[in-house]
Amino acid sequence: MSRGLTVGQYLPGESVIHRLDPRTKIAIVSVYVLALFIINNPWGYVAAVVFAVVALALSAVPLRYMLDGIKPILVLILLTLTLNVFMTPGTPIWRFGRVVATREGLITGGFLAFRLILLIAVTSLLTLTTSPVALTDGLERLLKPFARLGLPAHELAMMMTIALRFIPTLLEEAEKIMKAQMARGTDFESGNLVRRTKALIPLLVPLFISSFRRADELAMAMEARGYHGGAGRTRFRQLRVGPADYVAGAVTAVFVAGLVYLRFR
Amino acid sequence: MAALISTEGLGHLYNQGQPNEVAALVDVDVAIEGGEFIAVVGPNGSGKSTLAKHFNALLLPTSGRVLVGGIDTRDQARMWEVRRMAGMVFQNPDNQIVATTVEEDVAFGPENLGVPPADIGTRIEQALRWVGMLEHRRHAPHLLSGGQKQRVAIAGVLAMKPRCLILDEATAMLDPVGRDEVMATVKWLNREEGLTVVHITHFMDEAAEADRVLVMDRGQVRFAGAPREVFSRPTELRQIGLDLPAMAELADRLRRAGLEVPAGVTSVEEMVDLLCR
Repeated sequence: MSRGLTVGQYLPGESVIHRLDPRTKIAIVSVYVLALFIINNPWGYVAAVVFAVVALALSAVPLRYMLDGIKPILVLILLTLTLNVFMTPGTPIWRFGRVVATREGLITGGFLAFRLILLIAVTSLLTLTTSPVALTDGLERLLKPFARLGLPAHELAMMMTIALRFIPTLLEEAEKIMKAQMARGTDFESGNLVRRTKALIPLLVPLFISSFRRADELAMAMEARGYHGGAGRTRFRQLRVGPADYVAGAVTAVFVAGLVYLRFR
Repeated sequence: MAALISTEGLGHLYNQGQPNEVAALVDVDVAIEGGEFIAVVGPNGSGKSTLAKHFNALLLPTSGRVLVGGIDTRDQARMWEVRRMAGMVFQNPDNQIVATTVEEDVAFGPENLGVPPADIGTRIEQALRWVGMLEHRRHAPHLLSGGQKQRVAIAGVLAMKPRCLILDEATAMLDPVGRDEVMATVKWLNREEGLTVVHITHFMDEAAEADRVLVMDRGQVRFAGAPREVFSRPTELRQIGLDLPAMAELADRLRRAGLEVPAGVTSVEEMVDLLCR
């Protein structure tokens, strides 16, 4: 099961969006998410949807994958919508005893839900088109200026890299321990939720202990290879900003300028 | 010329000054010359791993001193120089690979040294070619076999351009095929590139292939010499709790059965020559 497993939901590809510098993509997504919150009229939403659809089309990622990203927060979206519809004062459109749905509520709730959907859709497009390694690299370099303010940019990126490296290893080990425990009669599958959760203890304890041992050995191996933090370190993989990145940046700038105009005209 | 690595009256106490103090090394004097292939054997707890960790300043002596390329390992300011010169490969292949692809892992050491990015590329290529893993450069490490992972770990050390490669039981967790892969790689590096190799192992057949064998017991060096000398003392080795290499064992049994077998037979070829005479 863990063989050939891809971490995260990265979908390898060669599209324009895939090839953008990770820093560009992270910056654009951040700007886009912020921009979503200045929209206050339908035309703004039309622009935001067009932007997202164009990005999706360029990335050649099947729509299905983007929708999969939205699924987990569907409950949250519905809850936001319902609360808004019933809690906002205004023109009543429907009455059920003391509960009143209002027109204003429907509009605010609808927009809010829309905002959430766009937010998740665009961020999942980022993770779908950027490999975890590139994402970590991009983050490290974007956060670098903040290192002077005490933000441990390099350490965070190193932690992410190590986590990514060890996820498959730990999955493999979990599988091995599980089989060993099953051979000794542990039942992981039957019983109710409490029982099944309890059955995980003989899996988690050895996994934790071995993780600590791994951490210890890895730290020693890293030290033996001269690791002493981010200072004075060079990077083999260099990120390069190309023409496509400038175009993407310019398009985003125009998009944001348009949203600002629509709001404050 | 002075030895590449030498220890003078080296002693190491774990938990020094506490009730559970253990003397892991007692007064060890070793000199390793550049270009040598040396094997260190000994039963569990004999201090062979502790000794190896002194060669690259992962452990510091509690008495005596260790010189690596003329640098005292206690010199904090030059510790990273020592670590660059004496690269170490550990037992568990999974717990020493840091990055998510082979080439990025090999890049880790040079990156730490602050090597310019363009040079790192050339170093990676050369190191991976040496260990025969160049075609796997973009693979994820968890998809490799144990022997392949260890070869990547060796490449990671080679990319730092060390003068000495220390294998701390690097073959212990591998299957026979993986072990052969690693041994062939290491022997090739020693022969063709003149790399000094210190191989800590509990496989006597591997030790028999070295230029020189150190036998450790209870924190001390008991015997040191060419494999044919060391392995011609079956009784003493058994007393320490060590086996003989398969051929030395066979020679010993033949001798006890009354055949006239000269001392110091350690390889299959020698045994074949001897028996077909």
